[in-house]
Amino acid sequence: MDYWRKSPKVFWSFGIPPTIWLFALFLAPLFLVWGLSFGEKQGIIEVAITGTLENYSRAVQPLYLQIFLKSFWYAGLTTFFCLVISFPIALAITSASERWKPILLLLVILPFWTNLLIRTYALIAVLRTNGYLNDLLELIWLSADSGLRILGLGDWNLFGERFHRFELLYNNFAVVYGLVYVHLPFMVLPLYAALDRMDRSYIEASLDLGAGQWRTFRSVIVPLALPGIISGVIITFIPALGSYLTPDLLGGTDSQMIANVIERQFKSANDWPFGAALSFLLMYLTFFALAVRALLTRHNEKGLA
Amino acid sequence: MADRPVILQIKQVVKSFGNVHAVNGVNLNIYEGEFFALLGPSGCGKTTLLRMLAGFEFPSEGSIKIDGKETRDIPPNQRPVNMVFQSYAVFPHMNVFDNVAYGLKVAKTPREEVKERVQDALALVKLDGYELRKPDQLSGGQRQRVALARALVKRPRVLLLDEPLSALDAKLREAMQLELVKLQKAVGITFLIVTHDQEEALSMADRIAVMENGVVRQVAPPGELYESPNCRFVADFIGRMNLFAGIVEGHEDWGGLNVKTELLGKLTIPHSERVSSKLHLAVRPEKLRISSEILPSSYFSFPGEVDAVVYHGSESHVYLKTDAGPFLCATLTNLSRISVRPKKGDRLWIGWAPEDTLVLSE
Ligand SMILES: Nc1ncnc2c1ncn2[C@@H]1O[C@H](COP(=O)(O)OP(=O)(O)OP(=O)(O)O)[C@@H](O)[C@H]1O
Ligand SMILES: [Mg+2]
Repeated sequence: MDYWRKSPKVFWSFGIPPTIWLFALFLAPLFLVWGLSFGEKQGIIEVAITGTLENYSRAVQPLYLQIFLKSFWYAGLTTFFCLVISFPIALAITSASERWKPILLLLVILPFWTNLLIRTYALIAVLRTNGYLNDLLELIWLSADSGLRILGLGDWNLFGERFHRFELLYNNFAVVYGLVYVHLPFMVLPLYAALDRMDRSYIEASLDLGAGQWRTFRSVIVPLALPGIISGVIITFIPALGSYLTPDLLGGTDSQMIANVIERQFKSANDWPFGAALSFLLMYLTFFALAVRALLTRHNEKGLA
Repeated sequence: MADRPVILQIKQVVKSFGNVHAVNGVNLNIYEGEFFALLGPSGCGKTTLLRMLAGFEFPSEGSIKIDGKETRDIPPNQRPVNMVFQSYAVFPHMNVFDNVAYGLKVAKTPREEVKERVQDALALVKLDGYELRKPDQLSGGQRQRVALARALVKRPRVLLLDEPLSALDAKLREAMQLELVKLQKAVGITFLIVTHDQEEALSMADRIAVMENGVVRQVAPPGELYESPNCRFVADFIGRMNLFAGIVEGHEDWGGLNVKTELLGKLTIPHSERVSSKLHLAVRPEKLRISSEILPSSYFSFPGEVDAVVYHGSESHVYLKTDAGPFLCATLTNLSRISVRPKKGDRLWIGWAPEDTLVLSE
């Protein structure tokens, strides 16, 4: 690590640009917003930074706390479903042959190559009342119904008189569905990394000692994949918590998340100090969640040691 | 051994990966209570054969019977065999006790019994008092013993060991070889050990199967394997060997064989079995005699000179160049601390007793 002392020129020429970038484009704006959160609105665009805590006390009102809570709930649900869906996917990729692995991984990250907005609109096209999913369900209904007619059971209308299209969009279901869809790769990749790294002989040893597949999964695979599970949970949960586009486009009036509220403060409500306070509250809560997990892993490591 | 019941019957077993025949028609009978070694160079199919016995690979052809029962449809977790993995595969997230208890808990053994049997198994491998240690707090040798205890505690019919000692240093390896043999005699379980270390196999096993390219070349007790190898590969693989090609010229009435060798002339060897016309003659280095005086007339003897001497502590390897051409290697035991050893360039006689000559068909 003494390397930079020996050739400071190289060190600085590589080190300065990212440092400037970090300061100018990340830390400085962040600091500005932090300052704003202690300000008061004076006119349409003027804000005076007075050191008031008014914005924060507004932010912890039940109305907003409820939205925070709901955001955590959605992000939690998203993380849970992502985990449950990703584990079999990651296991399948791990046990695929060397020829298939890169192809399957490519399929997992393929959605990243398309803009989130486009993917969300594609999802709308699938889920909306006249969308593909309902078309498909109707097709199934029609063929089942005509099947019944052929059997002479048509008059009974066993599946209902006609197909009722499902309202799949603009509700909480659509939001969580969209969030799971968007965040799935974030969960699959760390799980895959953890499982692929795992020595297969642990699994074989467990089978050899008489454990069945399920017992092996529970007692050997999951505990050994735990670091991957934890990183997957974190990098799914945090972006899901701050989701903006998905609830905005797929959600109904009651399914907005905290990022939507923040956006409204900066735009239509034009209340930058309050928006800033909400943003920082979200950040503090995220840090708190990270700190809890750090404590948990430290505890875990001690247990392991 | 043959008076005991056969516990493992391997019949015409073939295992192909694509067009690679990792195991290519192996027949073996392993008897109850035996310490059996599978020996062979790297890549000859030892691990593949062992994994088929454990149930992790399916034979492409042939049948494997454990205790007389065909194993084709028995999954690994229901076979009465246990394996000690080459990497040990001791679960890193469990302590020593839980590792050893795992197989018993899985089988829903009552708690008291689990505790008792785990303690016994740990005592057997001399790890009592280590119950609460995590694997990363153990040395390689201790981890290996945890793996051993974990398999033994299940009381398998056959214990499979895949190069269990290869990760240990030379001293510890030797100590563990002794301990494994003692342990095997104490518990009476059949051990099937895989190794590419011929000394390990010779010193531990009751019988050894030597494999080459997926085929078993010879199955014999250690002494027979060393003194009467049945082919050139086994002779060369086990220990050191001086080899010369030869052609059979005729038979003597008393059972002697006239062989013409390219470089050592005609030799008559006591050998009564039938042989192919082209063969190899072989003699072990320790059976060579070297002397500055002429050797007894019953010996084959050739004049030559010392080419190099390599000192190995307890013995020295003397490389000799016979005047007729071939190089020979002789081992000399360094019997006294200060002894006169041959030096490079010394002229001497090199020879051996005809009955120490091995006749090897291709
Ligand atoms: N899963 C596999 N797919 C393809 N080829 C394999 C596979 N497993 C083993 N082989 C091949 O089969 C042959 C025998 O392998 P095996 O692992 O049984 O050798 P080994 O005798 O145990 O060698 P070593 O002493 O190096 O462990 C090798 O040529 C190996 O490349
Ligand atoms: Mg091997």
